[in-house]
Amino acid sequence: MKPLEVINPSTVQEASQLAQSNGTPTNLIAGGTDLLDEIKEGVVRPDKLVNLVSLTEMQGINVKPSGLDIGAGTTLAELASHSDIIRDYAALAQAAESVATPQIRNVGTLGGNLCQRPRCWYYRSISFLCRKKGGTTCFAALGENKYHAILGGSDCVIVHPSDLAVALISLDASITLSSAASTRTMPVEKFFAGPDVNIMAENVLTPGEIVTSVSIPALPANSKSIYLKAKERQGMDFATSSVAVALTLAGDVVSSARVTIGGVAPIPWRATAAESVLVGKAVGNVDLKEVGEAAVHRAKALEHNGYKIRLTSGLASRAVETLLSQWR
Amino acid sequence: MVGVRSHVTLNVNQAPLDIEIDHRWTLLHVLRDELGLTGAKRGCDRGECGACTVLLDGKPICSCQMLAMQVGDRQVTTIESLGDSSNLNPIQQAFLDKDGGQCGFCTPGFLLSTKALLDSNANPSEWDIRNGLAGNLCRCNAYGRIIESVKEAARLIAEG
Ligand SMILES: Cc1cc2nc3c(=O)[nH]c(=O)nc-3n(C[C@@H](O)[C@@H](O)[C@H](O)COP(=O)(O)OP(=O)(O)OC[C@H]3O[C@@H](n4cnc5c(N)ncnc54)[C@H](O)[C@@H]3O)c2cc1C
Ligand code: SF4
Repeated sequence: MKPLEVINPSTVQEASQLAQSNGTPTNLIAGGTDLLDEIKEGVVRPDKLVNLVSLTEMQGINVKPSGLDIGAGTTLAELASHSDIIRDYAALAQAAESVATPQIRNVGTLGGNLCQRPRCWYYRSISFLCRKKGGTTCFAALGENKYHAILGGSDCVIVHPSDLAVALISLDASITLSSAASTRTMPVEKFFAGPDVNIMAENVLTPGEIVTSVSIPALPANSKSIYLKAKERQGMDFATSSVAVALTLAGDVVSSARVTIGGVAPIPWRATAAESVLVGKAVGNVDLKEVGEAAVHRAKALEHNGYKIRLTSGLASRAVETLLSQWR
Repeated sequence: MVGVRSHVTLNVNQAPLDIEIDHRWTLLHVLRDELGLTGAKRGCDRGECGACTVLLDGKPICSCQMLAMQVGDRQVTTIESLGDSSNLNPIQQAFLDKDGGQCGFCTPGFLLSTKALLDSNANPSEWDIRNGLAGNLCRCNAYGRIIESVKEAARLIAEG
């Protein structure tokens, strides 16, 4: 590892100014559970790290009647064990609990989870200068692509690795980004951007911008949510596929549905076709197979990841089935 | 290559230590190579195996995956503080009694994850134990005896 300097700012404003870097390779570091991997491998080579861990402005979970405000510095363990989140925003607690190991959840943060970089093994290895790192080839497109995208990939077929993002989009959450000059808030869904927008990044953050918080509106009456994740190893693994569903019932009719799938596309993928299948149906008339098929609408396999289409379809059916059974 | 250095105070095993550190150093490097606390092991160096587990404010973390500069005033607990051969901690005693260690490389990490688990949940179910220890790998595959050791430790602690 080449020498680097860790700077401890005392405000978000100061952190943002420092992160603007002016030509010095600079990265923000929160828990470091993702970034240190990249630095050790040499894929990221910063001279400076701006430490976000001690920023009290970015800490804490604030429960209000209108919803939840969560500081970006909140750890995954705090999210997974928070009683209000477990009760009212189950998909988020389940997604946080599904990440990695107790050790990583005790350190990894909400902001870091949403901004973590892809796990594509070509991206993570210094031996491959692929398109995401400024090269001209996507080695995964014709190479080892067992864990790559079935939806939305074009020049780069990564899957977005974040579990929390999938749950937050189904919960209709918004995200706040702050820089020294301004602050903006947008739906979490709009925060992520695929390779067609900027192949070198997975989101719309501009230099010096920091994710400071995420807000979730209180769910309407008679709503429930769920997050299901398929992984190869139960103990610790990224999703081969995941599904977050939030449903609201009016009487016994589905009045609103949000379905998001993860581990399948360069961004967390809103499965609007599955939502359309659900909305307006009486609970007894929901065709689970139809929901599952709609969830993978337009999915296209690469050479080694065809299993993901059936897996995701089945997982979506099961998520809706399990959620509906909670009303019985 | 000489790197940027700073003087910091680290709280390790209840004692404040003034030390000069290179900003690149992980907490694991400082513990093992600067402070001689070699109980935490360098296994995968990627946050996957848990051999480097220490407690930070009582919670298990991978010390390989945290820069020492980020520790701040939080309390670091290493395996060296648990007990020695003349005065074993009940968790150590239980792992001995139930043969929960084989080659021993992963054992310090397992003991600390067990401590954190039992500190927050005195009577864990088998599932709680599996979940609590999910971040520690044992290449000798002694998992069955490790789980028995954790149950025994809970029993010994309850007996007082
Ligand atoms: C063994 C292992 C298993 C894992 N398994 C999973 C898994 O199953 N699911 C999953 O979702 N993740 C998994 N992860 C990834 C894990 O690193 C993240 O889940 C964690 O939340 C990252 O948070 P952090 O605070 O440590 O991020 P850091 O490593 O500090 O930062 C990650 C990236 O985000 C940027 N960043 C951090 N905070 C901010 C902010 N507030 N604003 C702007 N940019 C920011 C950093 O610059 C960096 O590029 C795993 C990691 C490991 C090592
Ligand atoms: S999928 Fe993206 S990150 Fe992976 S090799 Fe292709 S361009 Fe690189």
